[in-house]
Amino acid sequence: MNSIQKNRLKDRLFMYWGMFSTLIGLVLLVVFIGDILIDGLGIIDWSFITNLPSRKAEKAGIYTALMGSIWILFLTAFIAIPVGVAAGVYLEEYSKKNWLSGILEINISNLAGVPSIIYGLLGLEVFVRIMNLGASVLAGSLTLSLLILPIIIVATREAIKAVPKSIQDASYALGASKWQTIWHQILPASGGGILTGVILALSRAVGETAPLIVVGALAYVPFAPDNPMDEFSVLPIQIFNWISRPQHGFIENAAAAIIILLGITFIMNGIAVYFRNKWQKKWK
Amino acid sequence: MRKIKEYLIEKLLFSSALITIAVTFGIIGVLGFEAIIFFSEVSILEFFTDTQWTPLFADKHFGILPLLTGTLLTSFIAISVALPIGLSIGIYLSEYAPKSFRKTVKPLLELLAAVPTVVYGFFALIVVTPFLQGFIPNLSGFNSLSAGIVMGIMIIPFISSLSEDALHAVPDALREASFGMGATKLQTAFKVVVPAASSGIIVSIILAISRAIGETMIVAIAAGQQPRFTLDPTVPVETITAYIVQVSLGDVQHGSIEYRTIFAAGITLFVVTFLLNTISYRIRKKYQQRYE
Repeated sequence: MNSIQKNRLKDRLFMYWGMFSTLIGLVLLVVFIGDILIDGLGIIDWSFITNLPSRKAEKAGIYTALMGSIWILFLTAFIAIPVGVAAGVYLEEYSKKNWLSGILEINISNLAGVPSIIYGLLGLEVFVRIMNLGASVLAGSLTLSLLILPIIIVATREAIKAVPKSIQDASYALGASKWQTIWHQILPASGGGILTGVILALSRAVGETAPLIVVGALAYVPFAPDNPMDEFSVLPIQIFNWISRPQHGFIENAAAAIIILLGITFIMNGIAVYFRNKWQKKWK
Repeated sequence: MRKIKEYLIEKLLFSSALITIAVTFGIIGVLGFEAIIFFSEVSILEFFTDTQWTPLFADKHFGILPLLTGTLLTSFIAISVALPIGLSIGIYLSEYAPKSFRKTVKPLLELLAAVPTVVYGFFALIVVTPFLQGFIPNLSGFNSLSAGIVMGIMIIPFISSLSEDALHAVPDALREASFGMGATKLQTAFKVVVPAASSGIIVSIILAISRAIGETMIVAIAAGQQPRFTLDPTVPVETITAYIVQVSLGDVQHGSIEYRTIFAAGITLFVVTFLLNTISYRIRKKYQQRYE
């Protein structure tokens, strides 16, 4: 075999290895979801969703945890979206290139890399202790809002950057002020992109476990929260609690709860991808 | 009137942006404040040299080394899995795969990073550990090996996506020149494209390491809760993050030395990830200047 043939062979081998690597991740994902479906699908029925937590695996349900997750989702969205979008708009449309904008930029990029559990420590000290909110839904939502803020800010900036400059110029030419231009032209035009980022960020928040454990969310709460100051649990914490128990029945419960959690995560991701595609088409 | 409104809105938006600075100060302030009190009771020398971490026992030792080795061990295993696979995927998708294939596969791979980590913990404990025990009979039920492998699978998309972006940004002229000299795709990929995209690839690796070090639920579920100064991947260990979870689940009195240990552990974690993130940010800025 001469060196040309050898090089072609190596080239071919690497191509197969690359295909294998690409597929192995996807295959593992499928195996893994399949395994969880086998373990958990039999458990899911209406009573699993509406039952309260229980010491007995067959009677235990996810009602309080599911309601806690829904509370967390909406309250976090309510806090994080206005602040994140406002900060993104400021950085993209108002801030001048100076030392302050430089610091803001480095800082946001750094915050995006801070481990989620560190946000939990921040929330524990500031929201739970100093502001005296206790281990409430509000304290949990505030903590998660800070966690997803960088994601929303970056997504907002990217979306605004993609809006053609001509739209802005046209608005100014008609005599609109800066804010009128942003509110009536730029935000509607970049809405799809912002929405994509916001949904992805919220899907991350719904799956977070560690910061909420640190903040003090409980594995067992007897009732679903009915106001922001109530104690709460969320689906990932319920799953963690069930995984940690030695009895076999709880493992199946954990698998069933994972199916619900993955369902929520994948639906949110699907919606985000849908908006992204729809929005990309608009400008091309 | 309109001027005042415009002015107020600008200030309002500005204060939203300032919140991000407040968050950083908050993190540094909270961790620093509790850590200073902690270090007034425990010497820094003991913290970094003692090889035992037993704050929750009667005989208290405050050596962070077992938690650090636990963290580094699981992260090392994760990177050993994610780097070869992630980089191969990046090169394959950028240099070999048809465009349509890349467009379908990339979002699918990114789903791997969207799966909540508690779900990966379940996978590591219930599926991977029993599977590995078939080959390694003395593998403990909690171990850093399966936690590390599963964490590696989770961070594959960090490396594959970001390195693919970097490889894709390399101008085609470089590839064509290499093909023109008779090089194969493989030779072109490894001798021309990868070196040209090296800074972007390094950034992706650093971000993946930083992510692995800060990852909590997989290790809290599957690696165990026994701080142990070891590099043996088959025995239970405890990472910094898993320790913080362990203490948070128990009822430790606010203001006690046990309570402060989670902040001392937290600031160690924060400093390590902060350094990694800063390095990657620097490299990224430099690299942007080179291409734009």
